[in-house]
Amino acid sequence: MIGIVGTVPDLQLPLIHGKARLVDNHFEIKGRSLAINRGTPALIGAALKASECVHCPETYAFLVGDTGKGDGSRKLYDFLTQHLHEFDFKVLTFHYLQPDVDWHNKVLFAAESMQKRPILIADAGFMYAAKMSGQSESYDFFTPDAGELAFLADELAPHPFYTRGFILHPNDNVPDLIRRAYQHQNAARYLLVKGESDYIVHKSQVVQKVDQPSFEAMEAIGGTGDTLTGLLSVLCGADFELTDAAVLSAGANRWSGHYADPSPATQVIELIEKIPQALVKVLNEHNGKNDNER
Amino acid sequence: MLGFFKKKKPTPNKKQRGVSADLGILVFENTSDVIQAENALKQAGWSVRVMGPPPSIQTGCDLVIEFPLIEELNILRELDNANVSPLKVVPVTAPLLEPVSLFQTKDFGEYLMVRAANMKITIGKKDMKIVNVSGGGCPDVPYLAQEMIGKTLTEAPRPRDLGHTLCGYALELAYEELLRK
Repeated sequence: MIGIVGTVPDLQLPLIHGKARLVDNHFEIKGRSLAINRGTPALIGAALKASECVHCPETYAFLVGDTGKGDGSRKLYDFLTQHLHEFDFKVLTFHYLQPDVDWHNKVLFAAESMQKRPILIADAGFMYAAKMSGQSESYDFFTPDAGELAFLADELAPHPFYTRGFILHPNDNVPDLIRRAYQHQNAARYLLVKGESDYIVHKSQVVQKVDQPSFEAMEAIGGTGDTLTGLLSVLCGADFELTDAAVLSAGANRWSGHYADPSPATQVIELIEKIPQALVKVLNEHNGKNDNER
Repeated sequence: MLGFFKKKKPTPNKKQRGVSADLGILVFENTSDVIQAENALKQAGWSVRVMGPPPSIQTGCDLVIEFPLIEELNILRELDNANVSPLKVVPVTAPLLEPVSLFQTKDFGEYLMVRAANMKITIGKKDMKIVNVSGGGCPDVPYLAQEMIGKTLTEAPRPRDLGHTLCGYALELAYEELLRK
C-alpha cells in the first residue's frame, strides 16, 4: 500500500484512516465521501486517478479535519506516533499538516521504526517541519515549488514566510538554491522542484529537467503541486526507479494541464480528470524510449 | 495620562531595532492569537510589528509581536480588554527574523497574480473575482481557498480574519498587495 497523511478543511471530520477509492468526482474512505479539491484531497484524487493506469498498491489515507489551528494535525501526529508500526507501506507521503517540530520528530521516529522503512515523501507543511527539525536528509523526496525551495535554501528560515530577501530573489536561481539547500543539509535525498521547469535532483546533482509542455497559467492554479506529489507517490509505489518516477510525474502533471487547456481560473479537478490520459502518454513515451535503447 | 504614552509611538529604524534593549516580544499560544492581538493593538493605534521568534522559542509556525518594552503595561491592558493574552513577554536579545516583504506580480492578461513568500492569489481583472489561491502548506490554505474563490476582493473574507498560520498571514500580505494594485 501507499500511505498518505494529511488534513481536510472540515472541522467536522474526525480522524479517519482506511483505503480510499474513487467514486465519480469524489473519493470514499471509511464510508465517507470527500470532495476532490485542493490540498490533500487533490493529492489523493490524483493518486487514485493515476492508479487506474499503473499497477500500484492500494492507497491508504490518514485524514483529519483541520482549518489551521492545528488541533486536528496534533491528533493525527499522536495517532501516527502510536500506531504507524502496525502498518506496512511501500511509500508514505506526508502533506498538509500543521508544521510542528516536536511532533514531526516523533512521527519520523515512528516511521523509521516501521518493520520495513517506506519511501518517505514530504510536501507542504510537513516538509516545512522536516526542514526546521534539521532532519531533511531522512527523507527520500521533498517536492518544493520555487518559493519553498528558497526557504529550504535559507538555513535560518523556520518557515517560507521568513525567507530572507536576498535568497527570495524575483528571478529565482533554481540551481543555486538547490546547491545552497544541500550545502546546509536542508534537502531530501531527492528533490522534485516544481516550477516553470521542473528539476529532478539527486544528492545535489540536477539529473533531469522537465519543461514541456509548458503553461504559464499552471502556476496560478491551486493544487497542481498536490497532484504532482500524488503522481509521484503512485509511481514510487509502482516500482519505478525513483528518478524515473519523478520525471514521469512531472511530465504527466504537465500533460494533464495540456489536456485541460488551462487558464489561471482553471480548478485543479479539471486537471485531475485528465491524469489517466496524460500518464498513458508519458508512460508510452517512456516505454518506447526504453525499447529503442535495448 | 496613560493615553499620553500610547498611539503611534515611532518604531525604531532597522539599525536601532536589531538587539535593542528597549524592545520586547509578546509570545502567544498560536498564530491565530497573534493575528487577533495585532488586530486589536493596531486598531487601538499602537505601532507594533509581527516578527519571527528567536530560535530558542521557535516551534514551527510562529509569529511574535515586537513592541516597545516601556509600553508593556499599557499593551497588556489593551490585550486583556481584547481577551487575548500572551503566554509571556520576553525582552529582545537577538535580531528577530523579518517577515517576507518582497512581492512578485504576474500579469496573465485577463488575470493578475501576486505572490508573497510561498502564497499566490489570482484575480480576474474585469470583475476582481478571486479565481485561484495556490502555494502554501499549512492546513488553513485549502480552507481559505474554499472561502475566498469565486468572490470579489471586497466580498471575500480577509485571510487575516480566517487564517491561523504563517501561510494564512502570507496570503493576507498578497491580498493587501492586490488591493494596492
